Amino acid sequence: MSIAITTQLICFTVLSLVVIIGALGVVLLESIVYSAFLLGGVFMSVAGLYLLLNASFVAAAQVLVYVGAVNVLIIFAIMLVNKKEDLKPINDIKSRRVISTSICLTLLSLLIRVDLTNVWSLSSPQNSIGEESTIRIGEHLFSDYLLPFEVASVLLLMAMIGAIVLARRDVMSKDISTGLPVDQELIEKSSEPLLTNKN
Amino acid sequence: MNLESIPLQAFLIVSSALFCIGIWGLLNSRNAVRVLMSIELMLNAVNINLMAFSSYIDNNLIQGQVFTIFVITVAAAEAAVGLAILLSLYRNRVTVDMESFNLLKW
Repeated sequence: MSIAITTQLICFTVLSLVVIIGALGVVLLESIVYSAFLLGGVFMSVAGLYLLLNASFVAAAQVLVYVGAVNVLIIFAIMLVNKKEDLKPINDIKSRRVISTSICLTLLSLLIRVDLTNVWSLSSPQNSIGEESTIRIGEHLFSDYLLPFEVASVLLLMAMIGAIVLARRDVMSKDISTGLPVDQELIEKSSEPLLTNKN
Repeated sequence: MNLESIPLQAFLIVSSALFCIGIWGLLNSRNAVRVLMSIELMLNAVNINLMAFSSYIDNNLIQGQVFTIFVITVAAAEAAVGLAILLSLYRNRVTVDMESFNLLKW
């Protein structure tokens, strides 16, 4: 690592603060659109943390896949489902909040305790391959991780087909049973919502 | 890593905090899109953990980085399928409120 230690520390502090505060904003903000954009900021800062860890290839993959694909997908989904609706009040929301918050804080304290008390067997920095990590990742992907690599490509194909099948809107020009022409208005607006009055 | 660099524990604490924020959002969100965002936050926390360990403990073979790439792949597939499910759910029930998705409640 060629950057001076103070620079590293400053970068780490700023990036961690952005990650934590951005994540809090993602879960706490009222507006879902602001949450989505903050999520993009969190992903970018995580990529910065990867750069601090000498992993330029994974940082680039993080920016491309998370910011470029997942975050854009989420923003498109928000655009498609963003309807102002009055949420039904829940009567025991207070106790629910208290219980979930205490569970999360307990888990956080346990994790931090493990992080701080365990003695990690750090390896010596002389072995570090540093800048060569992209080459090493390529060697891994085409030798000992070849099968997971190929299975991942099949998984991506399945996810793509599955997403198309699930999100496709089947609109036919004629009703199958009656033969009458179908109303081509937006289904969300015209049709009676199914199953909403169940309880 | 020598003593003058960032300690491993700092990365682990950041990732623990990110993971717990993700769990809190998963449990408390009413909007289904926000639930998916919380899942992405948790996956990122796991990735930070893997990357920190691969850099500090396994810095010659860096198998953690390979794992991170697979996790990113699976996360992308998960986001695509999750949002497609969300769209078809919205089409059928005209809401994204998690409290109204109670078809499997007994």
